[in-house]
Amino acid sequence: MAGLKPQQISAHPNPFPKKPWHYVSALLVIAYLFYSIGTMGLDWQRFIEGLGHADKLLDRMFPPNFSRWELLLEGLMESLEIAVISSVAGIFLSLFIGLLAARNFMPNWVSVPVRGFIAICRSFHPVIIAILFVKSVGFGALAGILTLIIATIGFIAKLFAEAIEEISFKQVEAIQATGANFISVILFSVMPQVFSRFIGFATYQFDSNLRNSTMVGIVGAGGLGGTLFSAFQRFDYDFVAAILITIIALILFWEFLSTLVRRVFQCRK
Amino acid sequence: MSQINHQWQRFTLAQKLSRYSVYLLFVMALVMSMRSVEIIPEFFFDAPEQMMDMFSRMWPVDVAFYPITVHAAIIETLNIATLGTLVTLIFAIPLALINASNVVASPIAHWVARFFLVSSRSVNSLVWALLFVAIFGPGVLAGVLAIAFRSVGFVGKLLAEALEEIDMGSVEALRATGAPWGAVMLKGYWPQVMPAFYSIVLFRWDINVRESAVLGLVGAGGIGVVLNDSMNLFEWQQVATSLLAIFAVVIMAEILVVNIRKRMI
Amino acid sequence: MSAIQRYLDVKGLKKQYIEGTPILKGIDFTIEQPGIIAIIGPSGTGKSTLLRCINRLVSPSDGQIIINNQDTSKASGKALRQLRRQVAMVFQEYNLVERLSVIENVLSGRLGYMSSWQAWRRKYTQQDINTAFELLAAVGLTDQANKRADSLSGGQRQRVGIARAVMQDPSIILADEPTSSLDPKTAVEIMVLLARFAREKNIPALVNMHDVKLAQRFATRIIGMSNGHIIYDGPPQNISDDILKEIYGGESWLD
Repeated sequence: MAGLKPQQISAHPNPFPKKPWHYVSALLVIAYLFYSIGTMGLDWQRFIEGLGHADKLLDRMFPPNFSRWELLLEGLMESLEIAVISSVAGIFLSLFIGLLAARNFMPNWVSVPVRGFIAICRSFHPVIIAILFVKSVGFGALAGILTLIIATIGFIAKLFAEAIEEISFKQVEAIQATGANFISVILFSVMPQVFSRFIGFATYQFDSNLRNSTMVGIVGAGGLGGTLFSAFQRFDYDFVAAILITIIALILFWEFLSTLVRRVFQCRK
Repeated sequence: MSQINHQWQRFTLAQKLSRYSVYLLFVMALVMSMRSVEIIPEFFFDAPEQMMDMFSRMWPVDVAFYPITVHAAIIETLNIATLGTLVTLIFAIPLALINASNVVASPIAHWVARFFLVSSRSVNSLVWALLFVAIFGPGVLAGVLAIAFRSVGFVGKLLAEALEEIDMGSVEALRATGAPWGAVMLKGYWPQVMPAFYSIVLFRWDINVRESAVLGLVGAGGIGVVLNDSMNLFEWQQVATSLLAIFAVVIMAEILVVNIRKRMI
Repeated sequence: MSAIQRYLDVKGLKKQYIEGTPILKGIDFTIEQPGIIAIIGPSGTGKSTLLRCINRLVSPSDGQIIINNQDTSKASGKALRQLRRQVAMVFQEYNLVERLSVIENVLSGRLGYMSSWQAWRRKYTQQDINTAFELLAAVGLTDQANKRADSLSGGQRQRVGIARAVMQDPSIILADEPTSSLDPKTAVEIMVLLARFAREKNIPALVNMHDVKLAQRFATRIIGMSNGHIIYDGPPQNISDDILKEIYGGESWLD
């Protein structure tokens, strides 16, 4: 650099010290990679072999075969039915459960167990819950609906409780002071604060239920998943491709629809 | 006294129509679904009893079963989740960069990247697992790849959004000095996106732990395999052991993530 | 109907939130004249509690509060709501429903007169809508009618709060430190509005305030509280420095 004598540069401490923990964590990650690949017995050869299979598989998947479209449609309809019913029932129940879990409205002996229940609903993967329901209520859409109701409660009730806990009581107080009755107070001071967030949760959850409803069929809980699984087992890979395309299209369609819905209710992102 | 009658409407006509249409469609969807879904009413009313029966068969939990099989399988599940998340980054980071409008400007590139990200997200990890089991055979490899492929869409999308939200000022300053592309990435984008990056990766890892637990049901390794075997043998107490192990691991992962998050903020 | 109209009669009002630490230790006063009545006193002395006992946002521990010949200290249910709609409140932090528009906030003053169904369907009478717009014009916010409440400035929000209060067609207005969050100029504007509505509607407005000078300027009567009791109750001119010292304690803030 112009103007600086060489001796002066070393007089100042380096303003960019090497942070040891960056190296340590990088080393840890690499060490972990070795460890995990080792313990799990992943080996390169198998991977390469697999790639060969993948090539053949892709060949068999394309072009996708829609000739069994009635079966496809049936599975699709059932998935939609499961998603709609479980979303509506689940959200409806979540409104009450979420209210019971709100710590600013409810005493601890109510809110704590309810929160615990919600946590349990969230902890298990929908597939596991689906298996349990299939074993207890049998194959078909009922198991799927019950599963997704539980999944919905785990998500919506929690968010709803949090939304209620965050409301400003000042607005509630003001509406109470006008002499409005309880329902009017809720409508005018609580609802405006939570409604747009609620639409956001509801559309997200429907998306999630739609995805899950195409999957729980793999364990027998109804919907497109069952069709998919049978196709796999029969090695009908071109039909598999058709089903996958349908699922992707369905989810894309809902993503588009949900932005419209949110715009109609004018929710801020 | 002259009276001016003021008009007030909460919603414009257009708004009213669109709101009503949404409500109408919603009700129609519900009614149609309820009419056409095939549920045998007896099964519905029988359900609570059946569930109680199943739970009673799971008690007492078979604790001795744990060290034999469950422990190793749970560790394998954790490894699938972690390795899968790491592998995700290999694909997700480039795709996120391409998809971010402030990194790559070409709309075609955006659409291509978006296509991959959306398809990855739309297919469940379980379905990916089916696919990879068909390709690579049953085992852990299928599981790791299933987790990786599913997570790419999630991580890629959120990372792209985080990238678009950074302040471009420092990036512009670096570009103005003539710094090479790598330096601009490392010193301009990365420091700003770093907290979001770790947050997203941790979030996805947490979800992946849950997902990995079930992949074994289709043969992709982990505790799911043990669960599947126990269920096929109707060993409900062993099923309970596996379920509890899964539950414990999920809770621990969640606590871990929450604590790391707290220390990051 | 008695010869002297009693807007408000407070007898022996006591309130304690925590056992053994009473905030209000026996408050007695009567309001027979319309106009602004200012309540002054140090923070924590119970001014806010007093107002909230009158519209029962807080329940008194003892005593009577008589409005329009009814003792409201024990009222509940429908009677309580009817009481509340007669007693309008203006809040220090405006307490508007932020996501609703200005005009909806003003109209919400009528909720005490509407059923839940009407409230949900937003079925306000034409008369109500007209009154709401007139009030908005009176407070100078006609142009803001359809804007969201949280897009307004503090002074504007308080004006909406006052419009909402007057919308209730109350027999008494309570204002809990309505000017404490506002700059001096806006504070005067708000007091001017309150004085004007009190005069036009011929009702009393009970106003908590910190600013003694402002109180003396606008109030026809001043009530000074200290330590849970009323220490002074009379015309603003008669407040001497000694009395202020007794109310607030300490001298250095005087002049």
